[in-house]
Amino acid sequence: MRKVCTKILNIAGNVVAVNAERVAYDELAKISTARGESLAQVIRLDGKTVYLQVFAGARGISTGDEVQFLGHPMQVGFSKNILGRIFDGSGNPRDNGPSITENMIEIAGPSANPAKRVIPKTMVRTNIPMIDIFNSLVESQKLPIFSISGEPYNELLARIALQAEVDIIVLGGIGLKYDQYMYFRDTLEEGGALTKTIFFVHTAADPTVEGLMVPDLSLAVAEKLALEGKRVLVLLSDMTNFADALKEIAITMEQVPSNRGYPGDLYSQLASRYEKAVDFEGAGSITILAVTTMPGDDVTHPVPDNTGYITEGQFYLRGGRIEPFGSLSRLKQQVNKDTRRDHRAIMDVMIQLYSQYGETEEKRSMGFRMSDWDKKLLKYGELFENEMMDLKVNIPLEKALDNGWGMLAECFKPEETNLRTELVNEFWPKKK
Amino acid sequence: MKKQLGKIESVNGNMIKAVFSGDIIQNEVAYVITGEKRLKAEVIKITGNNAFLQVFEYTKGIEVGDKVEFSGEMLSVQLGPGLLRQIYDGLQNSLPAFAEEFGLFLPVGEEIDALSDEKKWKFTPSAKKGDKVTGGSVLGSVPEGIFEHKIMVPFELTGDYRIEKISTGGSFTIKDEIAVLVNESGLKEKVTMTFTWPVKIPINAYREKMSPTEPMVTKIRVIDSLFPVAKGGTYCIPGPFGAGKTVLQQITSRYAEVDIVIIAACGERAGEVVETLKEFPKLTDPRTGKSLMERTIIICNTSSMPVAARESSVYTAATLAEYYRQMGLDVLLLADSTSRWAQAMREISGRLEEIPGEEAYPAYLESRIASFYERAGVVKLHDGEKGSLTIGGTVSPAGGNFEEPVTQGTLKVVGAFHGLSRARAEARKYPSVDPLESWSKYDGIIPQDEVDAAKDVLRKSDEVSQMMKVVGEEGTSQEDFTMFLKGDFFDNVYLQQNAFDEVDAATDAARQKYVFKKTVGILKTDINFTDKAEARTFFNNLRHKYIDWNYKAWDSKEFKDQEKEIDDFVEETRKRDAASTPA
Repeated sequence: MRKVCTKILNIAGNVVAVNAERVAYDELAKISTARGESLAQVIRLDGKTVYLQVFAGARGISTGDEVQFLGHPMQVGFSKNILGRIFDGSGNPRDNGPSITENMIEIAGPSANPAKRVIPKTMVRTNIPMIDIFNSLVESQKLPIFSISGEPYNELLARIALQAEVDIIVLGGIGLKYDQYMYFRDTLEEGGALTKTIFFVHTAADPTVEGLMVPDLSLAVAEKLALEGKRVLVLLSDMTNFADALKEIAITMEQVPSNRGYPGDLYSQLASRYEKAVDFEGAGSITILAVTTMPGDDVTHPVPDNTGYITEGQFYLRGGRIEPFGSLSRLKQQVNKDTRRDHRAIMDVMIQLYSQYGETEEKRSMGFRMSDWDKKLLKYGELFENEMMDLKVNIPLEKALDNGWGMLAECFKPEETNLRTELVNEFWPKKK
Repeated sequence: MKKQLGKIESVNGNMIKAVFSGDIIQNEVAYVITGEKRLKAEVIKITGNNAFLQVFEYTKGIEVGDKVEFSGEMLSVQLGPGLLRQIYDGLQNSLPAFAEEFGLFLPVGEEIDALSDEKKWKFTPSAKKGDKVTGGSVLGSVPEGIFEHKIMVPFELTGDYRIEKISTGGSFTIKDEIAVLVNESGLKEKVTMTFTWPVKIPINAYREKMSPTEPMVTKIRVIDSLFPVAKGGTYCIPGPFGAGKTVLQQITSRYAEVDIVIIAACGERAGEVVETLKEFPKLTDPRTGKSLMERTIIICNTSSMPVAARESSVYTAATLAEYYRQMGLDVLLLADSTSRWAQAMREISGRLEEIPGEEAYPAYLESRIASFYERAGVVKLHDGEKGSLTIGGTVSPAGGNFEEPVTQGTLKVVGAFHGLSRARAEARKYPSVDPLESWSKYDGIIPQDEVDAAKDVLRKSDEVSQMMKVVGEEGTSQEDFTMFLKGDFFDNVYLQQNAFDEVDAATDAARQKYVFKKTVGILKTDINFTDKAEARTFFNNLRHKYIDWNYKAWDSKEFKDQEKEIDDFVEETRKRDAASTPA
């Protein structure tokens, strides 16, 4: 029999407390208010007192409202008809379609056994040279896009989603602006990818707490699909909103904050989501690309900082370009040895020279005289920015590598680069 | 002692409070019985008849009123032959065994024996009946892979014992009796090849602890040559994300010249551990010609595994390391990352509602860090042999700022500091150990005067480069400019190392000594360059030749040919410029 309480003791923030017995930690409850029904989740048990976070927010809840415990933790429906569907942060349909109530799966399940993971080895080609050459994206990688508000990060996500060869795309929107949600839907539809996409969208207008469930819902569905052998790409935008929702609950629960108000377990919370990225032995894979907006463009802010320690690299999106400095794909070494012999060398040398260009550019802006070497660097820097970094460049990896050699030959002599002689002999463009 | 029972009173994340009656022990293991499952937990605070427990599993589904069973035993690991090559979680459960039994996902509330009860080991005694022994004394040995695994008197038997009976040799399982000991009051102790030890208590079954003096060669040039680590010493690697901490640890775990490496992957990415555990069996250990796995134990508690087990994983690793040290072996413990361990403490402290210290870390953070690193050391054992345990920990400071509590607490107690710099990493200068900020208190393989000369060049070069940012190249004297280029050259050809090249990835001590001497020689060579452009061209060319040299195998013909080319080039330039500019 389901337990029902009709007396709410405390309401603070989006957390309510009731007296109840035999309630399990993490269990789900339904609160019926004059404004409708909302789900709530048990977040602390203290003697008889049960604390619940209310997904729809506590606004408008009466102390006399009914709380009905459902006897199970948060679940999500999973059926063959799930493709192309759009749900909200509580897992209810947002697209006027029917609810999926069959085959309920638990969210936030146990983590994969490291012994059963395989070393990622498949490169995900994006035709963006800044990714393909310099920081190759790899299947089963978890990678955030660090950016500030206003940058075209969602456009970048959508572009990668359309170009990447994956079986299924799961889009989790957390505090997504309504127009951005529409943008995703329209772009994927135009690209013909809507039928292989599942949306879990929490928009900026929805109650904050509801956004907390989105990553877990998206990843639970993705995991199920991966176990069926599918290669799944999960897009999450924006994880900073997720962290802010965690902060809100933690403060309501009077937890000791660790850094700028965020709870001490922020790292573990983020990690348990990102670590769902996996390549299963004998089954499919999950690749996660997530947007993390950096308040004030500050990478030392707790959210990007903790994220950077968890994920396998990061892309910095700044001024509409993927920055070569700071951007990193930790898994690139797994794949860039098998692409082309010169891939790694080009990757290293072009960045080293671009970094020197940065120093020269600084000197130039301060009005120092430019040496011959400086002039070469300036020429190179401009070429690099226009023909490599620009997000408009849309070419396959091999073509991008050839262009790289061309740029080097146009600006430098072979010995001015750090390239090995054997590579120079093979690849350095011969003078016409 | 009678096992006690309790009842759950409250649940808050991974922290539960239980009411109990009778006596329980601080840090004892307890089990939460919820439905069919038994979730392992540890007592971490006792007030009146309330016990606070940290649960090593996710607490989903626990109810108030659920039963708690106290075990009467502290959290311990099992010691004995068969530990090497294993991949354990933070509580010494074998992950491959879990995978075999439970499939793709980690099971909840399950335990598995750390060592096989069935496997037979060939025991050869080295002690005889009547010998006087105590905890840690060697009774005999069994072959374990490439090592002679010494079978010792359990460390907890600290008094004086006499061997009453000992096996004459043969094949035994770890549970078979191999000896009987008796103490002065006639109390008999049966000894098998296995025993347990509580992880949070250092093993001290040795005669004395000595100071670390012998260098531990890691084959990473910047470390061995400039900031060495001693066997039995401690060092830390703090660095922002992306600076290459983990790659540095992985390279060290492959090439370090020690007998045994224990890798504690604590709260880090699962993918990195997978790399180690899939690659290591395929890699050969240059010292033995066998698989690297033969000398490795991996303790793996990745970031998505429950937090409390993360806290205990570094202790589990330290205990296993100390156990092999007791056999007179050189052991290296690599902990990646100690910040995650500290964060686990912080999480638990927060749930205990302790008064927070800086950045909400508990007040005892520093003493916990200190007592962890203090488990390192060189010890003289009962039989006069020496064993060492070296501990290297990475630190992941929030925001890459070394002023935070974990980095500062660690710097106070370690003997070497390899600070990684974001600027170097972004410029692809790997390993990104900052040569100006790092330090070491140990003696290395390179004579001190050569090290000082090199460091001097690096420092001056950095000063000039700072100055050049203000006055520009044209405002810099030729002499200063050459100094700048020298520092840059040394950094490029010696401090930086290509971890993905077979030859360059590991430079042994002999080659380091040789190349360092030559390089310092070049740094000291005075060449009268005619102008800055010529100096730059010279060093560009020299760097190119040197980098090619780094890729040639040590002492090969190509190595010597390339060396000659370098010598000739330097000499030629020096002579030409000496002739063109009259002194």
